Amino acid sequence: MMHSAADIPLWAAVVVAFFLLVGASLTLIGAIGFLRLPTFYERIHAPTLGTSWGIGGIMLASMIFFSIASSRPVLHEILIGIFVTVTTPVTFMLLARAALHRDRAERNGNVPEKQGSSEEAEPDSVPSA
Amino acid sequence: MSAIIVLTAVSLAQFMLAAAMAIASIRMFRGPRAQDRIIGLDTLYINAMLLLVTFGIGTGRVIYFEAALVIGMLGFVATVALAKFLMRGEVIE
Amino acid sequence: MLPYPLLTLSLIIMWMLLNGFTLGHFVLGAVVAVFASWSMASLRPDKPKLRKWHLLPKLFGIVLYDIVRSNLAVASVILKGRPEGHTSGFLAVPLEMEDRTALAFLAIILTSTPGSAWLEYDSGDRTVLLHVLDVIDEDQWIEMIKSRYEKLLMEIFE
Repeated sequence: MMHSAADIPLWAAVVVAFFLLVGASLTLIGAIGFLRLPTFYERIHAPTLGTSWGIGGIMLASMIFFSIASSRPVLHEILIGIFVTVTTPVTFMLLARAALHRDRAERNGNVPEKQGSSEEAEPDSVPSA
Repeated sequence: MSAIIVLTAVSLAQFMLAAAMAIASIRMFRGPRAQDRIIGLDTLYINAMLLLVTFGIGTGRVIYFEAALVIGMLGFVATVALAKFLMRGEVIE
Repeated sequence: MLPYPLLTLSLIIMWMLLNGFTLGHFVLGAVVAVFASWSMASLRPDKPKLRKWHLLPKLFGIVLYDIVRSNLAVASVILKGRPEGHTSGFLAVPLEMEDRTALAFLAIILTSTPGSAWLEYDSGDRTVLLHVLDVIDEDQWIEMIKSRYEKLLMEIFE
């Protein structure tokens, strides 16, 4: 089943192009931030740009394009969107906890101590704002 | 006219996504920590998935969507297994 | 017969989104969904209690708006650097809710919003450790999480 981009009206083409470019540029900005930010805990924020509106924009563009080109609602892209939105936080949380665990074991960086633990907290490991 | 607009946007989006993939692989090779490498891999497969969807819009074929769905599902499992390994030193307890 | 009606319904919808909206696929999807929900029941997870499900659209609206806003904020931090006086840091937030589903919802909301990441939850003293990319006033952040998400989630669940 093939649909040509020439089949869709002009306004739909503009909307599709807008969402595609928004999604792709947010993903690119996320990747740039992932390269540029200095510490690991700051870096985990950057790829979420790509997994929130990066995915959202491109999936919306694809949904609008195929729905109009085949003149029936095509909504299966929403499944990828839901799936990625639910799963990415899981991986990021696991990775962040692994990083915390290692930082505490190796005592590097100013990582807050385990809350509510009876161990003596080092004075320099108090969370720095 | 609408074909030109859509195809230009698709090419630009593919260029940006390819650049994002290149940047993610730089971080994956440079590290410095294992967690950075895994997040780099995660970003890499999500961008590859988005690239496949834009290929789908460019060619008008629905089949690319299914490839994207498979990449999304398998990539998640791989990343969780790697993260679990970092935390405990083993995947299955 | 149907231990998890919501799960069964969403599996049928997913099946039909993937295969097409026809009667035949509805029947096939329903069979798959019923068997899947039975196998889910044999795993015996905690059953989430949705008390006020009509507030869910409001929650989704708020989250969607916040994701758009924080996408722009994080993009400007990445491209232009952080404004004067803003820092990134860890934030310990005391929470009142205990329901596991509500906590999972809050974790997904906070992590998928760019700019805040959920690091760990301690069920002993019910605090959660967050990392925030752009923080001016810690108390304002804590207040925002508690009034914007926690109150609504506590109303919906438990």
